Amino acid sequence: MTPTPSSTASTGSTHALFDDVVRSDSSLRRFLHGLPGVDQVGCEARAAGLGTRSIKTTAKAFAIDLAIRMVDLTTLEGQDTHGKVRALASKAMRPDPADPSCPATAAVCVYPDMVATAKQTLGTSGVNVAAVATAFPSGRAAMDIKLADTRDAVEAGADEIDMVIDRGAFLSGRYLDVFEEIAQVKEACGDAHLKVIFETGELQTYDNVRRASWLAMMAGGHFIKTSTGKVQPAATLPVTLIMLEAVRDFREQTGQMVGVKPAGGIKTTKDAIKYLVMVNEIAGPDWLDPDWFRFGASTLLNDLLMQRTKMTTGRYSGPDYFTLD
Amino acid sequence: MSNIFEYAPAPESRAIVDIKPSYGLFIDGEFVDGTGKAFKTVNPATEEVLAEVAEASDADVDAAVKAARRAYTRVWSRMSGSERAKYLYRIARIIQERGRELAVLESIDNGKPIKESRDVDIPVVAAHFFYYAGWADKLKYSGFGETPLGVAGQVIPWNFPLLMLAWKIAPALACGNTVVLKPAETTPLTALLFAEICQQADLPPGVVNIVTGAGDTGRAIVSHPDVDKVAFTGSTDVGKAIARAVAGTNKKVTLELGGKAANIVFDDAPLDQAVEGIVNGIFFNQGHVCCAGSRLLVQESVADEVMERLKRRMATLRVGDPLDKNTDVGAINSAEQLAKIRELSDIGEAEGAERWSAPCDLPANGYWFAPTVFTGVSQAHRIAREEIFGPVLSVLTFRTPSEAIEKANNTPFGLSAGVWTDKGSRILSMANRLRAGVVWANTFNKFDPTSPFGGYKESGYGREGGRHGLEGYLKGEDS
Repeated sequence: MTPTPSSTASTGSTHALFDDVVRSDSSLRRFLHGLPGVDQVGCEARAAGLGTRSIKTTAKAFAIDLAIRMVDLTTLEGQDTHGKVRALASKAMRPDPADPSCPATAAVCVYPDMVATAKQTLGTSGVNVAAVATAFPSGRAAMDIKLADTRDAVEAGADEIDMVIDRGAFLSGRYLDVFEEIAQVKEACGDAHLKVIFETGELQTYDNVRRASWLAMMAGGHFIKTSTGKVQPAATLPVTLIMLEAVRDFREQTGQMVGVKPAGGIKTTKDAIKYLVMVNEIAGPDWLDPDWFRFGASTLLNDLLMQRTKMTTGRYSGPDYFTLD
Repeated sequence: MSNIFEYAPAPESRAIVDIKPSYGLFIDGEFVDGTGKAFKTVNPATEEVLAEVAEASDADVDAAVKAARRAYTRVWSRMSGSERAKYLYRIARIIQERGRELAVLESIDNGKPIKESRDVDIPVVAAHFFYYAGWADKLKYSGFGETPLGVAGQVIPWNFPLLMLAWKIAPALACGNTVVLKPAETTPLTALLFAEICQQADLPPGVVNIVTGAGDTGRAIVSHPDVDKVAFTGSTDVGKAIARAVAGTNKKVTLELGGKAANIVFDDAPLDQAVEGIVNGIFFNQGHVCCAGSRLLVQESVADEVMERLKRRMATLRVGDPLDKNTDVGAINSAEQLAKIRELSDIGEAEGAERWSAPCDLPANGYWFAPTVFTGVSQAHRIAREEIFGPVLSVLTFRTPSEAIEKANNTPFGLSAGVWTDKGSRILSMANRLRAGVVWANTFNKFDPTSPFGGYKESGYGREGGRHGLEGYLKGEDS
């Protein structure tokens, strides 16, 4: 599986190890199709097995605070307003105003036209602004428009760009097109971190998810992300398991860490903890950090806050005690 | 290994189980004192004595067989299949209702993790009773007639105490036989709780009799002249002794004995899932599994990669308190078994194989053995030939499918095998050439009541489970 390092000039891969792999469509296809296959039944059984771990008391308190710190608090609606984005940004900085010990979330995630508003509220709080770009969520636009979309978000102050891949190209086997798309968007990102969204609900098979993961990592994505949240199914445990295996194996080969972000459909603390158990036991504890694992979510945060309050006070408070957005 | 995400203990409560200080024998629907001595059963995770259990003497076994005969002639063999089914369905439902109690007791007495007793053993036990309840009124379609044999003497091992009981009792009762069953001396408690369930289900007295004890009690059952059928699961040595004891009698026998299964990983296998299958194949139930994948045959071209992945995975196995819901590997069932595992592992090392154990802290009390893998093993090593019956994996390599078949079949056993490859045609050709009763493809250690289970060669004869499992308890079409 290990490709031979090459001394010839790079065609865009961030790692010289993969220069030969990304030289042509056929070499890239050979590599991606040469990755070990995924047995669907076994993969789903493993994910379900990890889901039976029982996380209690101190471990649960640790997991809840970590999960809060990993949330990309998201609003991606046509009806979003500047006011809503400002409210969301305030909440990201102080998720539980009644408890100053509650950590901030990792980022807020908005459309590019809301970046400036979010940035203004967040200031130097340390909470990042992530913007979805490249004709999110379908990715159906010309390349120059996707790049302009990206640059627009970066110029407005986005710290992180969540791009979507061209699923049409991927599914028709034009892997090099997808690779180059990611590489170009990465260049347009400048210093901003790049998350690559696969829309795994459209890729459908675990083999495809594994191939897309390697493609995005070789093209220099900082994070690989499951879904836009606009297509069902969005994030699932087995899909995330495949991606965690991919980042683990990629580090084994290159020494380089890549982050993972499941997004969409993760609503409860119980779900979030299952993901963290999986991160811990598949990729390893190095990934238990907001720099390397994120949750793309909106309603999850309130459930985390309710569980957190329950752990500290011993009582459940109603949803009315937490802000809606 | 320190980890920032340290799972806090999550113990399942013992309070649901009421363990009595002493237990008698279950004969003719009642608990009675034995006329023999008593023995102690211990919790292998702590060495705490759980209870005193009666050791059935020859006279006790005789009383149990007489009770079974009475129940057979007067009640059970005359009852219609649909009526027998009602009792079996009732037992199955009570097992489900009391599932947590049974799971906790099984883990306490056997040492297996609660995760497995809760999610595997007990659900499959209930499924067996449900499945054979369905057969009870359909025996004329079985292909083996509908005439029962009479009294079945059944002797079961300690590795899956209640599951082996279900494999034996459910088909026997469905076919109209009555039983005298002896659980293993180190794990009698769930069988005795099952006796209580028979009372709760109003099963007619004498249909199920449970006699506890060790080898002598087992011999008394097997050689009792009024037993029509002997069913045994356990070691090949005892199986041979039973075959000798029943030779020349009219007793029908099924034996499910040892194994040394090959788990064969080809280079095109889904490697991450194959590693899970290897782990599940040998570390499930501490490797106390007759069909365990104790010999890993891995294609040479991926051997290093598989070993690297396997060791990394083994390092995440959580060994410890069987009642902790996060425990993956529990306690070895007895001091005797632990000594045997240690002895064979030491021999493996002395014979030149390379030993690696997962880094884990083992509890100070109780019987424990860290998950262990031997590399550089050859067919000539004892650890590649003898059943260790513990969490010890021997790794061999191969280059071609023929070599894999040759090595896999080169054993006196033939209970199970596993094949890992993405190529469907190869799975089929391997399955045809492997001389093993069960061949798993891209999975391992999966059990279902509808699927027959049993061995080739010294792994025994007869099948348990599925339609095939009825054959051992019926007289046949032309009788």
